[in-house]
Amino acid sequence: MKPAPFAYVRPSSLSEALTALGEDPDAKVLAGGQSLLPLLSMRLAQPSRLVDINGLPDLDHVDVTDEGVRVGALARHSAVLASAEVERVQPLVTLALRHVAHATIRNRGTTVGSVVHADPASELPAVLALLGGSVDVEGPRGRRTVAAEELYVGPLETSLSHDEIAVEAFFPALGPRSGVAFEELARRHGDYAMAGVAALVEVDGDDVVSASAGFFSVCERPTVVDLTCAEDPGEAALAELEPSADIHASLDYRRQLVRVLTPRVLAAATEHARRRAHG
Amino acid sequence: MTTRLFGQRVERVEDQRFLRGRGRYVDDVLVDTHAGTLHAAVLRSPHAHARIVGIDVEAVLDLDGVHAVWTHEDLPGPMAEPLPLLIPHPALTHGRTQHALARDEVNYVGEAIAFVVAEDRYVAEDAVDLIRVSYEVLPPVVGIDAARAATCAVHDDVPDNVGARMEQRNGDAPAAIAAAPRRISLDLMIERSSCQPMEGRGVVSRWDPDTSRLTVWSSTQTSTGVRGCVAARLGLDLDQVDVITPDVGGGFGVKINHPWPEELLVPMAARALGRPVKFTEDRREHFISSAHERGQVHHVEVGFDDDGRVLGLDVMFWHDHGAYSPYGLIVPIITATQLLGPYKPGAYRVRFESLFTNTVMVTPYRGAGRPQGCFVMERTMDAIAAELGLDRAEVRAANFIQPDEFPFDHGLVFQDGRELEYDSGDYPASLHKIKELIGWDGFPALKAEAAAEGRRIGIGLACYVEGTGVGPYEGAHVHVETSGKVKVAIGLTTQGQGHATVFAQIVADELGVPLEDVEVVSGDTRRMPYAVGTFASRAAVMSGSAVHLAAKAAKDKALRIAAEALEADVDDLEIVDGVVRVRGTDASLALGTVAVLSNPLRYAFDEASKLATQFVVGDPGKPPVAEDDEPGLEGRDFYSPQRATFASGMHAVIVETDPDTAEIRILRYAVVHDCGNIINPMIVEGQIHGGVAQGVGGALYEKMEYDESGQLQNASFMDFLMPYVTEVPGEIEIDHLETPSPLNPLGIKGAGEAGVIPGSAAIAAAIEDAEGIAITSMPISPSDLFALRSRKETP
Ligand SMILES: Cc1cc2nc3c(=O)[nH]c(=O)nc-3n(C[C@H](O)[C@H](O)[C@H](O)COP(=O)(O)OP(=O)(O)OC[C@H]3O[C@@H](n4cnc5c(N)ncnc54)[C@H](O)[C@@H]3O)c2cc1C
Repeated sequence: MKPAPFAYVRPSSLSEALTALGEDPDAKVLAGGQSLLPLLSMRLAQPSRLVDINGLPDLDHVDVTDEGVRVGALARHSAVLASAEVERVQPLVTLALRHVAHATIRNRGTTVGSVVHADPASELPAVLALLGGSVDVEGPRGRRTVAAEELYVGPLETSLSHDEIAVEAFFPALGPRSGVAFEELARRHGDYAMAGVAALVEVDGDDVVSASAGFFSVCERPTVVDLTCAEDPGEAALAELEPSADIHASLDYRRQLVRVLTPRVLAAATEHARRRAHG
Repeated sequence: MTTRLFGQRVERVEDQRFLRGRGRYVDDVLVDTHAGTLHAAVLRSPHAHARIVGIDVEAVLDLDGVHAVWTHEDLPGPMAEPLPLLIPHPALTHGRTQHALARDEVNYVGEAIAFVVAEDRYVAEDAVDLIRVSYEVLPPVVGIDAARAATCAVHDDVPDNVGARMEQRNGDAPAAIAAAPRRISLDLMIERSSCQPMEGRGVVSRWDPDTSRLTVWSSTQTSTGVRGCVAARLGLDLDQVDVITPDVGGGFGVKINHPWPEELLVPMAARALGRPVKFTEDRREHFISSAHERGQVHHVEVGFDDDGRVLGLDVMFWHDHGAYSPYGLIVPIITATQLLGPYKPGAYRVRFESLFTNTVMVTPYRGAGRPQGCFVMERTMDAIAAELGLDRAEVRAANFIQPDEFPFDHGLVFQDGRELEYDSGDYPASLHKIKELIGWDGFPALKAEAAAEGRRIGIGLACYVEGTGVGPYEGAHVHVETSGKVKVAIGLTTQGQGHATVFAQIVADELGVPLEDVEVVSGDTRRMPYAVGTFASRAAVMSGSAVHLAAKAAKDKALRIAAEALEADVDDLEIVDGVVRVRGTDASLALGTVAVLSNPLRYAFDEASKLATQFVVGDPGKPPVAEDDEPGLEGRDFYSPQRATFASGMHAVIVETDPDTAEIRILRYAVVHDCGNIINPMIVEGQIHGGVAQGVGGALYEKMEYDESGQLQNASFMDFLMPYVTEVPGEIEIDHLETPSPLNPLGIKGAGEAGVIPGSAAIAAAIEDAEGIAITSMPISPSDLFALRSRKETP
């Protein structure tokens, strides 16, 4: 479990980093390393060059405005999780981060890294997709914003090209009449989930105006389903999802978890929305 | 008087070092650059079953930093032979072992094929990637069903895949069952798991050309065993080989098997290359190239009366041995015999087949066949209770061996080849304690209350007996230095159990010295060349007894010399705080001074020696060292028991299952434990805590997921789920019972494996109680439980 040989660069400016990436089609960005290093050690990934972005300036910000939360590429999960401002403006990010790995890993792992690693079992991609967030990307062709719905292509696959660096993720703020909730089921505390659901509900008085749920660890991609008119949200979600089986959860069991978690999380989000709307 | 340390909660002397990161493990040996240590990596088979058509290592030799590569055809002399079959047995008619490097055929994913030594482990792994092997892939045999079906064979010359068939009986069980008023049959299964010590295997070796000596450091459970096989396979005299076991980060059984291929290849390479060589197993290697255990399928026929008394018990089981059988039949024999637990069936027959499969080989893992046996027996007890509508505890009580029936002979032969005869125990008292501790009788009310809230809770109980402290022997050497410090050497190894504490307690008590003055060294063949090893919960019983005897010998000698020096009677002497005193007088002599007097060569190097000049010992008419005496204040003795001593215990657990998600949560876990006289309750409780954690792992999480082609799907800690501390019950409620063993001087029994044994049995019973669904296979995940529920609804 030692990586194959690779070149290593630690640029101190974004342009240098982009050049280093652009020069080598087999180069990879190294952020917190909590996903990439295990892949290297098991020789499942053998990039020819690592471009370590930890030396880049001004990327560890967690900026919170009324619009939402902007997380820089070097902000660690733990920094985002510790921010009371983040929780106030978009509590779903905080709710989800509590379920991401363990404290030691959150101290190194970056939130943006998690968003662009696009692991279908990860919490944050589903959260970003559900909230309609986006990622800001720098590349040889300049800066662009990629909406979450265009970001996730397949398991561990995004629409970013190999010479681009994600510099910031944007999680929109929670509206005054909206509520969120989050639940996942993992085999052990801190593990990737067997299935997880995040919900976003908007109310008008007692009426639900819109309701949707983001699913992770269910299908091959983080998937958002609109459940506004669903009578049986679990079944309605299942109709839109293509769950897969693995050694921890059979297909039937995973479907059962969707059936159980979806209405629970929707109800909790509705409750949250009503509290906020009235409060 | 100093207080007796035996039985006290003495803090572990090891912990300061371990907790501050000052432990020194095999990988910490010879790390500085001037040591010039080279590093090894192994090419392992990617196929479960294949013929090796050719191996091309050309590209490796061109790689910078590579020093050498070996395949089977490069192995000299005895190195080329199959590895030894450690524990042969007449019933093991087709025992098979692997070669240090595969010859012609590989039989599991992970089997060693080539051995590379390079400047560092990175280069060594790069080199491994460059070796080209052409294989003719053969159909693999994966799992017990496939092995029994035998449409293909693991070993060509064992076409039915059966390595061993064995039967033991006491009475005529089939006839007793046929004649019994009630009968049931059950099919019960336990999946494969493995030890997974925090530190994997590791070997370092250095050849010293000046003295022609080889030093081997191995993370092993038997340094003397490793020494013997290294000498034999490398063609060295035993005297040329020293094996040192430094700190070991856990063993749990996997490190008692020996020699592992690397334990021979590393010393071979060190000698050939004239440089120290190190191999540190990584986690993936530990999954696919060490050992597994537990996989067994059992069929039970049982006949009983209306009180639940077992009149006849007939068990047939199939043991998945993996690709090879270096450790013989120890695991299935333990299942076959220890299955009986605290019970005395009217008649018993047990048969097993040990089957080869194209998977990692099987050697003992903490519990070693007992968790399976306990699962079979305890599930049977629960099934009898269900059949009769009786309380599960009552059915057990009806079958107990009674306290006045010891020694109790089961009429069977145990793993050590001796009769299965229990020395002592008090099972009714244990049952009483566990029922009190968990609140057994009040549980139905709790369950009804929970049900009213829509919650499902269940309670389970499981009892076991564990043969511990098997022979043949262990020894100890106790040396009192002139400083008064006491150096103790034991031959078996230590993997974190706290041996340096408990054995120091025994010595301090016997010699009357402060605990701080006693230092215990283990697993170093230079200090104790005769030893067996650390397994079968035997260290406390075997080495503990030996240490006691050796300390007693040293004490006897000290008193004899002191009596002479003080002109007193031996019977009037006592040793307190390291000083020999004539009771009731001021006459005294420090133990260190006695040590000086024990040696006629009296250079006055230190204060103790100067002080000793005032005393006169020895008969001037005789030689300075008398005929049957030796210089020095030392004691050396060995302990060898007639047979094993039998510890016992009972676990009770309360679980809650989620009606929607099928999650399984342990609400309470209680243990009553009887390991005879307890040397240190804190250490015994630590052993129980660890055992329970592994039991929880085996019951709810751990399982080797092989696919049909024999690839292990979960060969990492990401997918092989060991419980975190968050998954183990926060409080494990423990009560002790101390039924001394009559077999050894201290009345002790082993405690190392006990905690793990009844985990699956107790947790399965609790889930069954909560769910009303028969639980016959462990481990069980929420996904599995959901499948069982669905099957119940739509049969
Ligand atoms: C034991 C363990 C448990 C874990 N459990 C969870 C869990 O429950 N849930 C969960 O979501 N995650 C979990 N993780 C993963 C963790 O959250 C990672 O931190 C995260 O997935 C990746 O962040 P990173 O900064 O470590 O990225 P890295 O490992 O450095 O990189 C991951 C990938 O993203 C790319 N990348 C990273 N940053 C950028 C960027 N700015 N621009 C372009 N590409 C980039 C890299 O090239 C690489 O391909 C776990 C990890 C471990 C080791």
